Amino acid sequence: MALLSVENLRAHYRDGGATLRAVDDVSFQIAAGETVGLVGESGCGKSTLGKTLLRLVNPTSGRILFDGQEVGGLSERALRQYRRSVQMVFQDPFASLNPRHTVAEILGGPLAVHGVGDRKSRIGQTQDALDRVGLPRDALKRYPHEFSGGQRQRLGIARALILQPRLVICDEPVSALDLSIQAQILNLLSRMKADLGLSYLFISHDLSVVRYFADRVLVMYLGRIVESGSWRSLWSRPLHPYTRALIDAVPNPTRRRHAAPLSGDLPSPRQIPSGCRFHPRCPLATARCQVEEPISRAVGDGQTVACHHADLSPIH
Amino acid sequence: MTSFESRLPAVASHGVDHGMDHGATDAAQSAPPPPAWTNIHAPDALRATTSDAERLAPVGRWRATRAYLRNPTAVIGLLILAVVLAAAALAPTLFPEDPLAMVDRPLQWPGQNPDYPLGTDALGRDVLAGLVHGARVSLLIGAAATLVSVVAGVLVGATSGYFGGRIDDALVKLVEVFQTIPGFILLIVTVAIAQPTIPAITLAIALVSWPAVARLVRAEFRALREKDMVMAARGLGYGHTRIILREILPNALPPVIVMASVTVATAILMESALSFMGLGDPNTISWGSMIGAGREMLRTAWYLSAIPGLAIVVTVLALNLIGDGLNDALNPRLSEGR
Repeated sequence: MALLSVENLRAHYRDGGATLRAVDDVSFQIAAGETVGLVGESGCGKSTLGKTLLRLVNPTSGRILFDGQEVGGLSERALRQYRRSVQMVFQDPFASLNPRHTVAEILGGPLAVHGVGDRKSRIGQTQDALDRVGLPRDALKRYPHEFSGGQRQRLGIARALILQPRLVICDEPVSALDLSIQAQILNLLSRMKADLGLSYLFISHDLSVVRYFADRVLVMYLGRIVESGSWRSLWSRPLHPYTRALIDAVPNPTRRRHAAPLSGDLPSPRQIPSGCRFHPRCPLATARCQVEEPISRAVGDGQTVACHHADLSPIH
Repeated sequence: MTSFESRLPAVASHGVDHGMDHGATDAAQSAPPPPAWTNIHAPDALRATTSDAERLAPVGRWRATRAYLRNPTAVIGLLILAVVLAAAALAPTLFPEDPLAMVDRPLQWPGQNPDYPLGTDALGRDVLAGLVHGARVSLLIGAAATLVSVVAGVLVGATSGYFGGRIDDALVKLVEVFQTIPGFILLIVTVAIAQPTIPAITLAIALVSWPAVARLVRAEFRALREKDMVMAARGLGYGHTRIILREILPNALPPVIVMASVTVATAILMESALSFMGLGDPNTISWGSMIGAGREMLRTAWYLSAIPGLAIVVTVLALNLIGDGLNDALNPRLSEGR
């Protein structure tokens, strides 16, 4: 059984008169021990999806099942239990740690709130958490501003792991970091996964990071998942023209280009185009695409695609 | 042609990279999040990213204190306030007699009689003793009224800004009711209805002052509750009370502290105005009541009004200097340059 199962999830915002459809009919599953990558341009609803899974944003409709249990209708108390099992690592380690708290408070707070152990054992656990992410123990008395970006992200990871969650949602955990630090953090995350048997939902706009990290990849465009599959099949045989454009955008001197880069900007999620929402930017768009919204269909090998012309796509 | 093609992927990837800088806001919030301290207009605030500000900030817990002490006008303000506080604290030792007691021939000018360096008033009371004892009342009322209004303002503003929705609507209406009534009229009416005792005057001044604090705190909370650190706290299962008190409030306090220093000054002025109009506590001497008592002899013995008036001016000035200094010191972007 899947650890997390999302069915027809929608998260809409009322924004003046318009409705902002940040997440629009999304379904997917994450198995225990699996790392699922979620890629897409900025503004496509990736972060909102991540926050909706944690119920930091309330879903408009649809179901979130964790371990077979519905998360949408949980009471405040039950939600607290759920949040022990699902944690989040944020993009900006400068904004997600409270500048007025010492590391001991940042790491010990979750334990105290959930009533884990007594004061003494909690201090021991915070020290273990620091050891695990490779920070010295004397960090406990320091404030977040005394650390570098990479060290802070390690703190963010330590905080997310201290309650021993089963699923960690990583919301662009390395995109605010220097390139040299990115690799360290990715290595730390994959070691944590191996040590603790975690599942990850890894949100990123950077396909090369996701390729390194994810077992399976979901490609999101304007609030909807347009293609999904193992990274191997997506990378070697991208069927949706958007996926292909994303892959082609990754600089690679050895590979020949297959499609022109995407023209234009992401349309506003307040005014989603009719029919296939990708048609204004799609090189393969026909009249049908302007009226009829493509349904996601399986194309074998666990790959799904939502495109009328997926068959036309040139095979690599 | 080959070179053109090989350049294209890099261009395309640059476009995607550029988008990533704003990844945090994403589709959820279309407007960029407001800066954490909305009342501070640092010249570089718009350009500086979070990471810039953090990297430049001097390291260490005493950064704000050091920055404050490096600001000469702020230190002067602190010294003046210290002198006034010392005078108020030592008043019973320096002038053990009742400052309202008649001690000598009335209307002696300052310097006329070495026993009474600031002279005597129309009833033969020592002006210096009155000034020193008056400092007690003025500072006490100023501090107590500020404390009450800050506590009330923080409670209302935090609840309103954090929860939003209907609670927010109701509390904002309440604040607006108070703000539409002219403050000083409300103060006079309240004191006139209640007895003019020091606790009643203190509460009346607090009643007039708290709405401004509530508005400020509400704005801070509204800005801070959308921050990642609050999202993180919610995701960790923290309760509302803990998030309000431990996560958001410490970050919202700097502008409130600055405002409090100015509120003390305003409260002293309000108390003086009440006493001047004869609405003060008749059994205690305050700077305002001294000015009021000297009013009738303004042409012949102007020093009776001028001396306590000067005391008010100097104290209020000191508090404003302190407020300015705190404003700069608690803003890391400004204080690190000094």
